[in-house]
Amino acid sequence: MAKRIDAVDLNVYYGKFLAVEDVNIKIEPRSVTAFIGPSGCGKTTFLRTINRMHEVLPGAYAEGEILLDGENIYGPGVDPVNVRAEVGMVFQRPNPFPTMSIRENVLAGYRLNGTRMSKSDADAIVEKSLRGANLWNEVKDRLDKPGSGLSGGQQQRLCIARTVAVEPSVILMDEPCSALDPISTLAVEDLINELKENYTVVIVTHNMQQAARVADRTAFFNIQGTGKPGKLIEYDDTINIFQNPQNEQTQNYVSGRFG
Amino acid sequence: MSANTMTDDKPAAQAPARSLTAGQMPRWVWSVTAGGALAVGAGLAAVLGEGFSVAGWAIFSAVLFILGMYVITWRVQNRRRAVDGLWRNLVWAAFLLALVPLISVLWTVLAQGLPTLLSNPGVLIYDMSTTNGATDIATQQDGARLSGGFVHGLIGTVMITLLATLISVPIGLMASVYLVEYSRGGWFARAITFFVDVMTGIPSIVAGLFAFAAVQLFITTFIGDGPAQLQMVKMGLSAAIALSVLMIPVVVRSTEEMLRVVPNELREASYALGVRKWRTIMKVVLPTSISGIASGVTLAIARVTGETAPILVTAGFIASTNWNPFSEWMTALPVFIYRQLVNPTAPSAADPSQMRAWAAALVLILIVMLLNLLARIIARAFAPKKTGR
Repeated sequence: MAKRIDAVDLNVYYGKFLAVEDVNIKIEPRSVTAFIGPSGCGKTTFLRTINRMHEVLPGAYAEGEILLDGENIYGPGVDPVNVRAEVGMVFQRPNPFPTMSIRENVLAGYRLNGTRMSKSDADAIVEKSLRGANLWNEVKDRLDKPGSGLSGGQQQRLCIARTVAVEPSVILMDEPCSALDPISTLAVEDLINELKENYTVVIVTHNMQQAARVADRTAFFNIQGTGKPGKLIEYDDTINIFQNPQNEQTQNYVSGRFG
Repeated sequence: MSANTMTDDKPAAQAPARSLTAGQMPRWVWSVTAGGALAVGAGLAAVLGEGFSVAGWAIFSAVLFILGMYVITWRVQNRRRAVDGLWRNLVWAAFLLALVPLISVLWTVLAQGLPTLLSNPGVLIYDMSTTNGATDIATQQDGARLSGGFVHGLIGTVMITLLATLISVPIGLMASVYLVEYSRGGWFARAITFFVDVMTGIPSIVAGLFAFAAVQLFITTFIGDGPAQLQMVKMGLSAAIALSVLMIPVVVRSTEEMLRVVPNELREASYALGVRKWRTIMKVVLPTSISGIASGVTLAIARVTGETAPILVTAGFIASTNWNPFSEWMTALPVFIYRQLVNPTAPSAADPSQMRAWAAALVLILIVMLLNLLARIIARAFAPKKTGR
């Protein structure tokens, strides 16, 4: 189910502006990989190329290859919609659909695509996904209430449940805890640890402690200055990145002497 | 005036006030000032005007009150507070001034139209096909029952507006979906936005002439250009086309605004679940903004319901009821009002025509108010549920 991600010579553009340059990275299945780095260094931009969400913005495109278990998602004839069904994404701010109930939000991936299913199948998916997102016990009595009535942390776990419900191979998370309090952050981090049993998880974070807590491998991105492209500086086991970085920039960043 | 008569408006120059309530005006000052202004204003209105008038009294009193409050506040408190109060009073005065024409119109129409509507509810059931000069003269001179009514105008207004809505809502909705979701700000989208803005400003009579010319062109090209065919041009559909020209820009603009405020995060959330763009628009973007769109459409309908000139040009007017907007002339309520006032049914006995016109005006205003109310109800009913705890 979980798939390996290989980026090969990837350049990411916003119009003429080269935002991320020459990324080569191998992300193992059933692992958690964290992207860290200063603001504007291209970690989110790179993350969004992994499910082709980047090109949703006007003028944005990517060059190079991203291989999902060896299959290039930027190859000719690839439908980005199918890529996104395979690579789910959780956003920085919790964004449940305001017109839908909790139950409908979990089933959104099916409902919005017009997939028909029996009520028992739907119930099974709702329960499995909400349990998978550690949210079932909190919301099982009010599944028909609006999703926007939940607290911020619950909303974010609802968004994770919604992503898990369509059974992707990879889950991308773009600073999933930056809008949450420490207790909710802990709940989401526990969840990330459980998700790696079945999924390839990639997480962008500004919080280095978080990267150290949840990630098996960590990639450090950096930028030389404004207007310059972001680059992948170092990619290694998390413990090496934080305790024995090979690159001086990484050393400066993780020890707080920089940016 | 007050216990602490602090007149100095430079607090920095004096020792710190001993009491925390120093320099405050008692609350009764403004009501006393208002009372004084009303009394003096009444005197001034009686002396200066030719006889006492309520309007003169109100104007004199308002000016006196605003000036009086300014001077008193300056004396008792300080200049800063006086200027603050002056502007607050001026804003209030402007607000009341803006209400005057609105209330005046409502009052006039109610006073003139309601008695007719109550004593002759038949105006809502009958058309004008059996009414002529003789019946109106009988009504005015012998006190016979008011004959005729404007049900044909009511039906005409409803049919024409309905048809105009059916034409302009799909076009307007899809145009704004294109502008917001697909255009990406290219030259074509900018051109559409520009022309929509231009269309918002075209005089309604031009829309009427355009619709007339367009339908005439269509009929002479495809059906023939004999006198019978030219007669066909004047029908409810032509009027509906004219109203659509006026409605489409309003619908496009209001829908565009509503679609733009849908957070991009919701679109991205949908895309990230592997949902196609058109499904995202249909199932996420439109449902999220439907309340605003629906109320915008209702307001656009309310706006064109009162149009007179384009309907007069395109649908004409008749005395009998016509349910078919695709053939024969049709009367709309505003056109009925206009015709009854300008060309009374009995030129020597215009009162019955005026009574019918005022009653029709009241009904028209009620329809527009109900549509506005409907817009609010729709907006509330469709609005995304905020809480559910």
